[in-house]
Amino acid sequence: MGTEAVAGCGAPEQSAPLPASVDIEKETVITGVVRSDAGEPVGGAYVRLLDATGEFTAEVVTSPAGQFRFFAAPGTWTLRALSRHGNGDTEVTASRGINEVGVSVRS
Amino acid sequence: MSRDSVLVSADWAEKNLGSAGTVFVEVDEDTTAYDGGHIPGAIKLDWKSDLQDPIRRDFVNKQQFEALLAGRGVGNDDTVILYGGNNNWFAAYAYWYFKLYGHENVKLLDGGRKKWELDNRPLVTDVVSRPATSYQAKEQDLSIRAFRDEVVGAIGAKNLVDVRSPDEYAGRLLAPAHLPQEQAQRPGHVPTALSVPWSKAANEDGTFKSDAELTTLYGDAGLDGSKATIAYCRIGERSSHTWFVLRELLGHSDVKNYDGSWTEYGSLVGVPVAVGDEPGQA
Repeated sequence: MGTEAVAGCGAPEQSAPLPASVDIEKETVITGVVRSDAGEPVGGAYVRLLDATGEFTAEVVTSPAGQFRFFAAPGTWTLRALSRHGNGDTEVTASRGINEVGVSVRS
Repeated sequence: MSRDSVLVSADWAEKNLGSAGTVFVEVDEDTTAYDGGHIPGAIKLDWKSDLQDPIRRDFVNKQQFEALLAGRGVGNDDTVILYGGNNNWFAAYAYWYFKLYGHENVKLLDGGRKKWELDNRPLVTDVVSRPATSYQAKEQDLSIRAFRDEVVGAIGAKNLVDVRSPDEYAGRLLAPAHLPQEQAQRPGHVPTALSVPWSKAANEDGTFKSDAELTTLYGDAGLDGSKATIAYCRIGERSSHTWFVLRELLGHSDVKNYDGSWTEYGSLVGVPVAVGDEPGQA
């Protein structure tokens, strides 16, 4: 499956590339980069998406550039990252389309 | 059932890399993970291309499974230690699959790939090859595999455990949120199924919770220990994780995994479906 960035969607270049087959009119994409205290991208971090009640919904591993991506639904979510550089949480209120959000980790 | 007979710790694994008669096997959804770095000596099984029939929606047959393991150098007497990403979803699936074809000595690495990585344990990119064996599988043990008619018949009669996330159970999502949501099947769950997400059985680092915590979890959810249980998810991998917990860790005697799971059930014509957060009526 190709993973070219979707042309013309306005996604900043640091977000994870989307498969060309994904229809962003229908998907609620939550994507971004995990960074350390020093602002460096953290690859190999485990990022979990927790629902509004705090329950696990999905987990991905960040790319070498620290990128992660979820296909969720509109609503409030929490991103929780675990890494060798420490852990961190970020809350996000997502709507349909691409939702860009960063997560910082510290030990 | 003792935990030690079905589970090994990362410490044990690191001390036993390369032990004779022990084969480490990585099984992932992201099958490129292995190539980027794997446990020293571990071989790879691709849950899709190795374990699924290439044409029909079913598993490889007994002869194909025998040829697969023989070619990869796994013997009948070897102890197979399975691990993988996604909190061991696909490793648990492979565990169930090895049991389905009668492999005796198979264990899961507690915490899988995640704990191994977070602990900074060694990963290598060496190409691993093992001398071929002659492998004999048994006929499928259908006492651990449920098919769709049995699931419909279990509504209101057996324990049905839906192990997907609460939003998938209720019908608000159609797939785990690392996958695109546009899917063919109807949203919802099998009526009367309890919602016990697989993730409640695991700690954040991917290891299994204690037996006491697990017993409380399923007791509080309303699982009736005197009845048979069928676990399902979307494609049968997360429910393998719960099947492992109920049968292998907690020792429940009659537990089946419904590998057709929601991608099959939610596409069936005429079967009952419940939506929303409540189990619904039989």
